[in-house]
Amino acid sequence: MIDLLYGAFVGPFRDMLTAPTFLAEVLIGGVAAGLMYSLVALGFVLIFKASGVFNFAQGVMVLFSALTLVGLMERGVPVVLALGLTIAVMVALAFAIERVVLRPLVNQEHIILFMATIGLSFFLEGLGEMMWGANVKKLDVGIPDESFKMAGILINKLEMTAAATAAILVGVLAVFFQRTKIGRALRAVADDHEAALSIGIPLRTIWVVVWSVAGIVAIAAGVMWGAKSGVQFSLSLIALKALPVLILGGFTSVPGAIVGGLIIGTGEKIGEVYWGPLVGGAIENWFAYVVALAFLLVRPQGLFGEKIIERV
Amino acid sequence: MRPATTNALLEVDGVGVRFGAVQALDQVSLSVRRGEIIAIIGPNGAGKTTLLNVISGFYHPSEGHIRFEGRDRTDLAPYDVAALGIARTFQNVALFKGMSVLDNIMTGRLLKMKGSFLLDALYWGPAKAQELEHRAFVERIIDFLEIQAIRKTPAGRLPYGLQKRVELARALAAEPTLLLLDEPMAGMNVEEKEDMCRFILDVNREFGTTIALIEHDMSVVMDISDHVAALDYGRKIADGTPDEVRGDQAVIDAYLGVSHV
Repeated sequence: MIDLLYGAFVGPFRDMLTAPTFLAEVLIGGVAAGLMYSLVALGFVLIFKASGVFNFAQGVMVLFSALTLVGLMERGVPVVLALGLTIAVMVALAFAIERVVLRPLVNQEHIILFMATIGLSFFLEGLGEMMWGANVKKLDVGIPDESFKMAGILINKLEMTAAATAAILVGVLAVFFQRTKIGRALRAVADDHEAALSIGIPLRTIWVVVWSVAGIVAIAAGVMWGAKSGVQFSLSLIALKALPVLILGGFTSVPGAIVGGLIIGTGEKIGEVYWGPLVGGAIENWFAYVVALAFLLVRPQGLFGEKIIERV
Repeated sequence: MRPATTNALLEVDGVGVRFGAVQALDQVSLSVRRGEIIAIIGPNGAGKTTLLNVISGFYHPSEGHIRFEGRDRTDLAPYDVAALGIARTFQNVALFKGMSVLDNIMTGRLLKMKGSFLLDALYWGPAKAQELEHRAFVERIIDFLEIQAIRKTPAGRLPYGLQKRVELARALAAEPTLLLLDEPMAGMNVEEKEDMCRFILDVNREFGTTIALIEHDMSVVMDISDHVAALDYGRKIADGTPDEVRGDQAVIDAYLGVSHV
């Protein structure tokens, strides 16, 4: 009993204090993973804000974009050109989705649009495999998966690059949303569809833009995860990890997606390393969901979400 | 009935709207002259808001036509209607609640900003200069409607009366030719109503904006409008000057009920 209490409340903190460099390494690893969760969550938030659609296909869009990129590179297309083409493919996809899925279903119940995105996810998965094959592919973006030491702390180059890219992308998106005319239009649509229409915002253009941006965010996430663990079907499952991030951060909040991702990322790494031995490990697999569950009980709108007020 | 004059800005011609079994509008014709303030009155459910929604493109009529500045625009989408110079407010205020008052009004300028939506995102310098220019215009509207003190407040936190005023400001920011106001004074106290009346008259006088409004308060209607049209059960039952409509037996019946003796 004493051992258990010690292991839960004293030991981990003692370990953290006695080996601060190791703690820093764990934290950096957590932040890096967290930023990648944020990227996926961001794709969800963008689409949810602008069209009220919970895009179940976001995870598959990550997989699809990574598959396209790898497929092009395997056929000898240089990295930069392949990236440009992948972006073009994702934008074209956004146009197609608006035309074929969103436009005919406008003003339908949310659940119908949600189901349409489930259909979309199966379609994209099939299309990706049909075009590029179903085997695991190695994605080499030219950054070696090796580590260097800085101030005694071991840092992985690939993780660092991924984190930096994610941070830049998030920053650019924030500026885009807050400072540009189209950003203002996007926020307007997210806030009130009718009012947005009345001041002349073309809803269809806005949808194409958000789906394009979500596609580009998916490419970033796909490249990062793909470079780390290979491009394979399981990539689409990281979308599942984005779900607790969304519950934590709030479905409608861009900062929420970022902070939520960081909390989940660092939380699960620290939990795994310091408390893992106590419960026999594998905390990383369920930590996010337990946190999400706790949040649903106390703060269902998430950290930054709009407060849910029901008028009676 | 008033004959369609040549200087009609908006002509609603035999418009019908049907929702399932309900005939919300039935053969409604209406002519709005350039520069006038027209009030649309009628009991609840008479089809006033439906008429406004048809004019602003939110609903499309199942029969009839709408002409704006002489051109037929019956089937345009709301954002295309807005681009023609028709701005509106909503019965239940539709502001962007999370945005500041200033940002809300700036959204009203979106149509006045040049350049494509897509290019703007990639194109910094000119966009910024343009932004400042529009900002100056918005400041004039803020002064005009006397809402300087709340410009940074998120719209959702404002009291109802002020939200209505901000919504008017956003509509004005588009420099509309025709302004549609759906119950601009609903839920306001006497003082707020007086302010709103003054603003509506000032807008009409200073900018020459044609205004169509829905209002229940008869004293307000009689005070500010040049032209009154009355609806009941989706049909137009009267159309004329405020005095003509006030004395109209059909209007009195619609409001007070008819005794079937």
